[in-house]
Amino acid sequence: MSTTELFESAEVPTIDTSGTLGRSPWQLAWARLRRDRVALVCGAFIVLLGLVAAFAGPLSKLIGWSPTQQDRINGLTPDGLPAPPSVHHLLGTDNLGRDVLVRVIYGTRVSLAVGVAAAVAAVLIGVIVGLIAGYFGPAVDAIVSRLMDVVLSFPFLLFAIALVSVVGPSELVEIGVIAFFSWAAVGRIVRGQTLSIREKEYIEAARSLGASDRRIMFVDVLPNLVAPVLVYTTLLIPVSIVFEATLSYLGVGIIPPTPSWGNMISDAQDVYQQAWWFLLFPGIALIATTLAFNLLGDSVRDALDPRTERLFAK
Amino acid sequence: MVRFLIRRLLTGVLVVWLISVIVFAIFFIAPHNVAQLLLGKFAAQNQQLVQTVTKQLGLDQPIWVQYAHFLNRLFHGDLGYSYYSHEPVTSLIKAALPITASLAIGAAIIWVVAGVLIGVLSATRPRSFTDRLATLFALIGLSFPTFVLGLLLLYFFFYQLHLAGVTFFPGGGYVPLTQNPGQWAQHLILPWITLAVASMAVYVRLTRGQMLEVLGEDYVRTARSKGLRPLRVTYRHGLRAALVPIVTQFGIDVATLLGGAIVTEQVFGLNGLGRMSVQAVTNQDEPVIIAVVLLAAVFVVVANIVVDLLYAVLDPRVRLS
Repeated sequence: MSTTELFESAEVPTIDTSGTLGRSPWQLAWARLRRDRVALVCGAFIVLLGLVAAFAGPLSKLIGWSPTQQDRINGLTPDGLPAPPSVHHLLGTDNLGRDVLVRVIYGTRVSLAVGVAAAVAAVLIGVIVGLIAGYFGPAVDAIVSRLMDVVLSFPFLLFAIALVSVVGPSELVEIGVIAFFSWAAVGRIVRGQTLSIREKEYIEAARSLGASDRRIMFVDVLPNLVAPVLVYTTLLIPVSIVFEATLSYLGVGIIPPTPSWGNMISDAQDVYQQAWWFLLFPGIALIATTLAFNLLGDSVRDALDPRTERLFAK
Repeated sequence: MVRFLIRRLLTGVLVVWLISVIVFAIFFIAPHNVAQLLLGKFAAQNQQLVQTVTKQLGLDQPIWVQYAHFLNRLFHGDLGYSYYSHEPVTSLIKAALPITASLAIGAAIIWVVAGVLIGVLSATRPRSFTDRLATLFALIGLSFPTFVLGLLLLYFFFYQLHLAGVTFFPGGGYVPLTQNPGQWAQHLILPWITLAVASMAVYVRLTRGQMLEVLGEDYVRTARSKGLRPLRVTYRHGLRAALVPIVTQFGIDVATLLGGAIVTEQVFGLNGLGRMSVQAVTNQDEPVIIAVVLLAAVFVVVANIVVDLLYAVLDPRVRLS
C-alpha cells in the first residue's frame, strides 16, 4: 500500500468540538490573568488610584481643603511646626500648614499622568526606532544600535537635571526627559525581535506580493511584538513614576506649590524628625504605587508567556 | 586582545567626544544670559559691565570658537572656573571626588557581594523559607525609591536611636578615610545601604535565575558525581559560569549607580559630586555641570571597557576579537 492509499483509507477520527471553545492566545492570557489573585488586587488598586487622580477636585472639596490652601488656625503648631493628624487634618499638615491628605491625592494625579505619559512616549519611540534598526539591515542597525548604546550608558539622572536646568522645569519637559532616557531599552528589545522575525517566510511572502516596507513593519512585524512591548510598558510605568518623584525631589521636576509626592518628600526632609506623617504618607503612596505596578507587570508577563520565570515566585 | 582593547578604547573616546558636544550644545542654546546672572543687580544698572563680563568669559565669540577653546583647555587639564564660587573647577572636583568614590564603591561592593550571595543561597534551596525571604526582600527593595529609603533609614537609625540613647549612626556628613577609617565607615554605612538596596534586589533575582539554570547543566552533574564537595561545585563550577550575565548587568548599572549617588548625597548631606552638580544646576553654574557630566561619561565608558575585559577572565569561552 502506498502512502497515499494509506491516508485515503485511514478513518478520520471525529472529535466532538461542541463542548469546547476555540480560544485565541489573548483570551487564554486574559483568563490566566483573571485567575491571578495578585494581579487582581494590584489591578484594582491601580484603578482606584486612577479614580482618585480623576476625582481629585471633588475629593478635596469633600475634605474641605484645596491643595495649596494654608490653614491659618490649625495648620501649624504654636512652634510653627506641621500639625499632627487630627480631626481637622486626617493625615496632618505640611511645613506650610497645608493638608497632607489633599496634597497626596493631588500628587497621585502628577505621578500617574507623568509616569504613564512618559512610559507610553518612550515605548512609541522605542518601537519605531527598534523596528527601523531591526528591519533595514546591518548598516542602519549599526548606527542606530550605537546610538541606543550611547543613550543607555548616559549617566541619565545627571543629564536629566542638567537638561531641565537649561530648559526650565515643567510637566511636559519632565515627560520628555524621562521618555528620552527610557526609549533605548525598549528599542533594544524590539530590535532583537525584529531581527529574527524579518527572516520568516511570511515576511518574504509579503514582500513578494509587493508590500511596502512600512506595511511589512507595521502590519506584519509589529503585531508579533505586542506581548513583550505590553509587558515592558507595564514595568516601565513604575520606573517612570520613581524617576518623576526623584526629579521632583531634587527640585527639577514639578514646581511648587503644585504638589507631587517627590517635592512633598523633599519638603518633609527638613522636618521629618518632628513630623513623621509628612514624610510617611507621600512615601507610602509612592511605594504602594510602584509595588502595585511591578507586581501587575510581573503577572502580565506570566499570563502572556507562562514559560518565563516569574520575578516574584509565589 | 590588544586589537580589541584599542578598538574598544577608540569607540570609548568617540562616545565621550559625542557627549562633550551634546553637553556643550545643550548649554550654548541655554536661553539665559550668564553675564547678567553673575552680575545680578549690577546688570540692570550697567549694560557696559554686562558686555565686559561677556567678553571676559569669551561668550561673545562664535560657538565653534568657544568649543575649540573648551577642548583646548580640557586637554591641558583646565576645566575653567566656577561662575558661582570663582574657584577652579578642578579643585572643586578634587574635593568632592573622594566622597562620591567612597560612597559608590562601598555601595557597589555591598550590593554585588550581598546580592550574589543571597541569590546563590536562594538558588541552592529553591522554594525554601530562605528563598521566599529573599524574594520578599527583592520585591520590597525594587519598589523602594532611593530617597524614601534613605530618609526612612535616617528617621529610624539616626533619629529614633538617638532618642533611645544609641548614638552610633550620625545624621549625615563625611569624615575622610585618611583621617579616621572607623568614623569614615560609620558615616557612610547608612548611605551605603541606601544606595545598595535597590540594585541588590536586582542581583538577587538575576543570580537566582542564572544559578538555577547553570546548576541544571551536565557538567555540574559530572562535577557532583565525581564526589566534589557541594560548596565547591556551587561556587567554582556553578557561580563562575553564572557570573557572566551578572557582570553585564553591572556594566549597565554603573550609570544607575551615579544617579543613585546624586540622590543619596542629597539625602545624607554628603558634599560629593552629585550634590555639587545639583547645586550647580540651581546656580546655573555651567562650567561645573559640564565638568561633572563629562567626568561621569568618562567613568561610565571606562567601567564598560573593564566589564568587557572581565568577560574573558570569567568565561574562558569568550574570545576577544
